[in-house]
Amino acid sequence: MRPDELLHPAPGGLYCPKGDFFIDPTRAVPRALITHGHSDHARAGHGHVLATRETLDLMAIRYGANFAGATQAIAYGESVEIGGVTVTAHPAGHVLGSAQFELSWRGCTIVASGDYKDARDPTCATFVPVRCHVFISEATFGLPVFRHPDAATETAKLMNSLHVFPERAHIVGAYSLGKAQRVMALLRAAGHSAPIYIHGALEKISAYYQACGIPLGDIRLAKEAKKADFAGAVVIAPPTSITDIWSRNFPEPVTAFASGWMRVRARARQRGIELPLVISDHADWDGLTAAISATGCEEVWVTHGAEDALVHWAMTRQLRARPLHMVGYGEEENEAPPAAPAPASPPEATP
Amino acid sequence: MNRFAALLDRLAYESGRNAKIRLMADYFATTPDPERGIALAALTGALSFTNAKPGLVRALIQERADPVLFAMSYDYVGDLSETVALMWPLPEGAAPPDHAPLLSEIVHGLETLPKRALPGQLADWLDGLDDTGRWALLKLITGALRVGASARLAKTAVATLGGLAPDEVELVWPGMAPPYLELFAWVEGRAPRPENLDPAPFRPVMLSHAIEDSDFTALDPSAFAAEWKWDGIRIQAVAGVSPEGERIVRLYSRTGEDISPAFPDLVEALDFEGAMDGELLVVREGRVQSFNVLQQRLNRKTVTAKMLRDYPAHMRAYDLLVEAGEDLREQPFAARRARLAALIARTASPRLDLSPLVPFASWEALAAARADPASAGAGVDAEAVEGVMLKRADSLYLPGRPKGPWWKWKRDPHTVDAVLMYAQRGHGKRSSYYSDYTFGVWTQAEGVDTLVPVGKAYFGFTDEELLAIDKFVREATVNRFGPVREVLHEPDAGLVLEIAFEGLARSTRHRSGIAMRFPRIARLRWDKPPREADRLETLEKLLGAEG
Repeated sequence: MRPDELLHPAPGGLYCPKGDFFIDPTRAVPRALITHGHSDHARAGHGHVLATRETLDLMAIRYGANFAGATQAIAYGESVEIGGVTVTAHPAGHVLGSAQFELSWRGCTIVASGDYKDARDPTCATFVPVRCHVFISEATFGLPVFRHPDAATETAKLMNSLHVFPERAHIVGAYSLGKAQRVMALLRAAGHSAPIYIHGALEKISAYYQACGIPLGDIRLAKEAKKADFAGAVVIAPPTSITDIWSRNFPEPVTAFASGWMRVRARARQRGIELPLVISDHADWDGLTAAISATGCEEVWVTHGAEDALVHWAMTRQLRARPLHMVGYGEEENEAPPAAPAPASPPEATP
Repeated sequence: MNRFAALLDRLAYESGRNAKIRLMADYFATTPDPERGIALAALTGALSFTNAKPGLVRALIQERADPVLFAMSYDYVGDLSETVALMWPLPEGAAPPDHAPLLSEIVHGLETLPKRALPGQLADWLDGLDDTGRWALLKLITGALRVGASARLAKTAVATLGGLAPDEVELVWPGMAPPYLELFAWVEGRAPRPENLDPAPFRPVMLSHAIEDSDFTALDPSAFAAEWKWDGIRIQAVAGVSPEGERIVRLYSRTGEDISPAFPDLVEALDFEGAMDGELLVVREGRVQSFNVLQQRLNRKTVTAKMLRDYPAHMRAYDLLVEAGEDLREQPFAARRARLAALIARTASPRLDLSPLVPFASWEALAAARADPASAGAGVDAEAVEGVMLKRADSLYLPGRPKGPWWKWKRDPHTVDAVLMYAQRGHGKRSSYYSDYTFGVWTQAEGVDTLVPVGKAYFGFTDEELLAIDKFVREATVNRFGPVREVLHEPDAGLVLEIAFEGLARSTRHRSGIAMRFPRIARLRWDKPPREADRLETLEKLLGAEG
């Protein structure tokens, strides 16, 4: 049989005809498997959702309790049968609750890994390579220029800046699910015990992480603090807020951004970042190529990112490889939407 | 090297002057000798790294990496050195070297290595460095490092280690050489102040305050002398004899940078011994040229014969600090001036002359002279006059900017009404504010009136005005490009800014063909519709008048 019969790209996402389900569909479908809680993968409105307990809880936090008609939790290592297809969840190491789905049917195994990273992360379960015939990989950082340094050395940069500029607030832009909590954990591991202030958008998700037994230390809402509290303090906020009006409450802020994109200087400059921190929840080039090799797969399908380079690399290793040209992924991670819409008509107000 | 690279990396992202000083000071305080001294030499431009061409770097990466992956990466990153630094792979199966090369080892290697050994050595260094280290090394050796930290800033950072004023470091600097062990020992209080044995050292300069209308009432005109304020470059010419009997002549900028190599014509023409304060000008056919002409000679490390011929450098002196070993700085201005006049009278050099005094009996008379320098004694040089200087006849030569003895009274700036076109977010205190403004004036293009950008301004406004402009930018945004916003700029909708500036120069880098000197925002003209803003022709007329 051809692997395509088990799983293939369709409008709306990867589709399994035997089990009649989609993986991370970009539009509402009757039955969905969701790899993790980021908004470009986890959307509201599906009839039935299968995901890890954590992903289901995070979706409920973001979209409300009725985000799907019905839900079913699956644990790492657990298998369920859907229309004769055996589905097993494995840790993806991307964010809390993130899973790879292993699909087996008539001796063919396909692993859809969603987003993943092989780097150590104290806030989620570690990525496990799963033997398969076809490995479906993202390629967000699929160029050899993306080799993420150790997150601890990047955290040390932030610690050093706090030491050199003890009167300035250090505003760190970080995606509200996963990255923000990882930065908190990294700071704690580096010995930073002072309160960390957060933007309101991070409150519920951070509380959920702590409820899951991931210690983040003393986390406080920035809006409840006084300006003087921010001197030499770390403030974590969604990327859209760090250079906008929200940041005015802070004394002479140092603008930092924790993202794999910060590896490229022009990217950091375009955003007006003063302290780029290369901390990523995606596998870097070495991680992608190591993960693909570790699965022992014969074929690689590349979903989103820099597909061409990874496909080229796979072919030089005698692997069959093809880009899936999937659209609609990578948006939460890449660019945030503009802060406010532009006015349609000229403003009349002149003070 | 990795630590120094991390500093360079951080400096490149930091825009605040004080923040840069603190980053450098922190590095100097926590890095051992002689590494920090070599770093200081690199920051102050005392080392020349240029050794490798981009072709060499390209060849190295082609040997190491898959050419298709390199091409895709280069296409994405857009900068050769950065691409190579980021993707540089170790040879397949090789373990990373256990020793990262030190900056001092690299500098020593570059100085002593034969040229053919460079590619192999460079590859070894790249293997041993982290990605930031590789980036800095490649930028240094291809001569493309830009981190926005001047020599003065680096010396200021050294001074802060010992709580010293920057000028104190400047004073001993000319006698120092990398790795500056005695300098660090002194600022850290571990050794006495190094003796400056340089026969032609820089002396920190005395600066003036801008005078306000309200200042005049408290000042007695008879206590002051006035001179023209020349629109050139303030320099200090110093000449002395080394212990070996060699005559040393140097020209320093007002911050103490040695700019002699760019002005061999003037260095050669100076025939006095001592330290003299004056203005660097270009004089052609007996006439001082405008700043735009002088600019042809500025910011160059070397100079061509054609430039020496077309733009002859000249010094117009106005103070004498030292004469033949005698320090005059403790004497009053009137006495120093008399010594200077006598010295200039003896000089045989046609490239050195005395800046004349402007006689006046009252502030009103001086105001009239300032308004019309041509008929008040400046004659054909009047166009190079940018105001007058007031100096108390009894003023000692005090380094820094003491308030009271010296005043500058600049000519009123030019102004133009321009339309705000783009705004960019600032940094630090202004990081959430749109505080950098690109403005334009009207011109005809294919029969239609359109705005063409003529400059950029990021100061001159009050905090309240900044808030008002920021609000306007957010409400009138029509386009976004990263941190830049295009704002509404139509004949009947938009914001008119009154821009003050010091002069204009032709420029091939700007679409309008014009570059402004020192533009700043004088006023916000909420009352004025953009259609009534100025036209490019107005600026071109002014440019014609300035030559």
